[in-house]
Amino acid sequence: MPLKVPSIKGATLAIAQGSAIVELAPRPAILVRDVTKTYRTRTGELVDALAKTSLAVREGEFVTIVGASGCGKSTLLKMLAGTLRPSSGEIMLRGAPVDGPNREVGVVFQSPVLLPWRTVLDNLLLPVEIQRRPRDQYLDRARHYLKLAGLDGFEAKYPNELSGGMQQRVGIGRALINDPAVLLMDEPFSALDAMTREFMNLELLRIWHADRKTVLLVTHSIPEAVFLADRVVVMSPRPGQVVEIYDIDLPRPRGLDIVTSEPFSGYARAIRRHFNVETLGSGGRNA
Amino acid sequence: MSNKTGTVPLWRTWFVVHRESLLSVLLFVVFVGGWEFVNDVFRVSPMMLPKPSAIAVSLWDGFFHGDLLWHFAVTFYETIAGFGIGALTGLVLGGFIAQFPLLERTVYPYVVAFQTIPKVALAPILIIWLGFGTLSKVMITATIAFFPVLANTIVGLRAAPADQIEMLQTLTADRLQIFWKVRVPQALPYILVGLDVGIVLSVIGAIVGEFVGAQAGLGYMILQRDLSMDMAGVFAILVILSAMGVGLHLTIRYVQNRVVFWMDNDANRTTGA
Repeated sequence: MPLKVPSIKGATLAIAQGSAIVELAPRPAILVRDVTKTYRTRTGELVDALAKTSLAVREGEFVTIVGASGCGKSTLLKMLAGTLRPSSGEIMLRGAPVDGPNREVGVVFQSPVLLPWRTVLDNLLLPVEIQRRPRDQYLDRARHYLKLAGLDGFEAKYPNELSGGMQQRVGIGRALINDPAVLLMDEPFSALDAMTREFMNLELLRIWHADRKTVLLVTHSIPEAVFLADRVVVMSPRPGQVVEIYDIDLPRPRGLDIVTSEPFSGYARAIRRHFNVETLGSGGRNA
Repeated sequence: MSNKTGTVPLWRTWFVVHRESLLSVLLFVVFVGGWEFVNDVFRVSPMMLPKPSAIAVSLWDGFFHGDLLWHFAVTFYETIAGFGIGALTGLVLGGFIAQFPLLERTVYPYVVAFQTIPKVALAPILIIWLGFGTLSKVMITATIAFFPVLANTIVGLRAAPADQIEMLQTLTADRLQIFWKVRVPQALPYILVGLDVGIVLSVIGAIVGEFVGAQAGLGYMILQRDLSMDMAGVFAILVILSAMGVGLHLTIRYVQNRVVFWMDNDANRTTGA
């Protein structure tokens, strides 16, 4: 495996199997160093969900991870969120080692995971409540966000009165309400139809442009990965590992028109090549 | 013609809207009327099967000229107090068992063993321990109402979806917050089914207790009237008991609809007992 050295403004980083050389000028928002994850199945056998992986994400950077099922991308995200511990290696968030869930991290899940007995507003304010922050201070922020997300007038509704896209917008709002530095998104739009998905991609970029959080988003969709990202991390399954990282040099802010542009298709083609060869015949569970 | 042309008369829409209730009432009228008629025609002995009219008269007399209201109050008190104690014990114990697997392995087997004893068989013992007053009946009722609430509480507290719990964990929620903000709300539909089963069983518990030995109550009255061959009187009490059971059941259903309004359907609620 050749050493791939993508250069980023202000930082040089190298990713390779087995060893990792990470040199970064500023402190990265997310630093994954030689992390592996091995599961023990119910029958006692060991399964490598994630082979030795290293990755650095700069403050304010939008990185997407694309890979087939079982490539360990969700596992990696869970370890970053602090709900899963790595078998070996080290994970740092803004310079501090991750030893559990962190207030600096907002997580958006594949399904919105709203609590059906809470109104939209109360779902949005759940993090505020859990972290015992003063509700009054976040009320204006919540209302402001509802307006931004086109959920004006829905604050007293219950989740089952909302469409799937609206529910996911509440889910994203909940992850943003207490202004976390890092946003982790695990296939957030995979349950939505294609039209809603495009709309949500645009929405996400708009929100991201407003406050430039560090975003790490996992997806199955190559066009989505390219459209959103500063960098696309390609992972392969069994065991999960990083195969390639692409710098996406497309102008921002991006509109849907770039999807048909030549550079965009170039990136998409290059990324797709990995899947045609490497994931033939691999389905299986989503690790 | 007082109606405007083209509009459906009000009485007709009323009939359409209340079609099912009307059918239900009609069924009752036909059944009771048929019963009365058959009793008259075939001269059924009132010692075997009293006429509905005789039952109605007995009810009226019992309430307005007799002490039926007092006996009703005694049974009602035993039912509610016993249900309250049993349900509360079931809730608290269920809460602990669901939270601590060690308790489930050590305590729960004994609870199940206790549940297999017919509570009727416990009644004589409880009456010897606690006397012929209401307290023994309250405790018999409590032992009956306890288990369905306990079983449903345990199942309900474990029904919370893993993704909701994980979501709360990523928000840095502690164990207690997860318990109150997800586990308890998710358990409420199950608990209310347990309470529903429990309250109906509680009426049975109170009556069974009174059968074994009592100085007052509707069960005591049934035995008294049975001995004096007052069949209409016995049936009158059955009517009261049925009305009481339905009333208590509807009360729980009302609470259920208020508390778990967010459930789309009741397909995945379990029943215990």
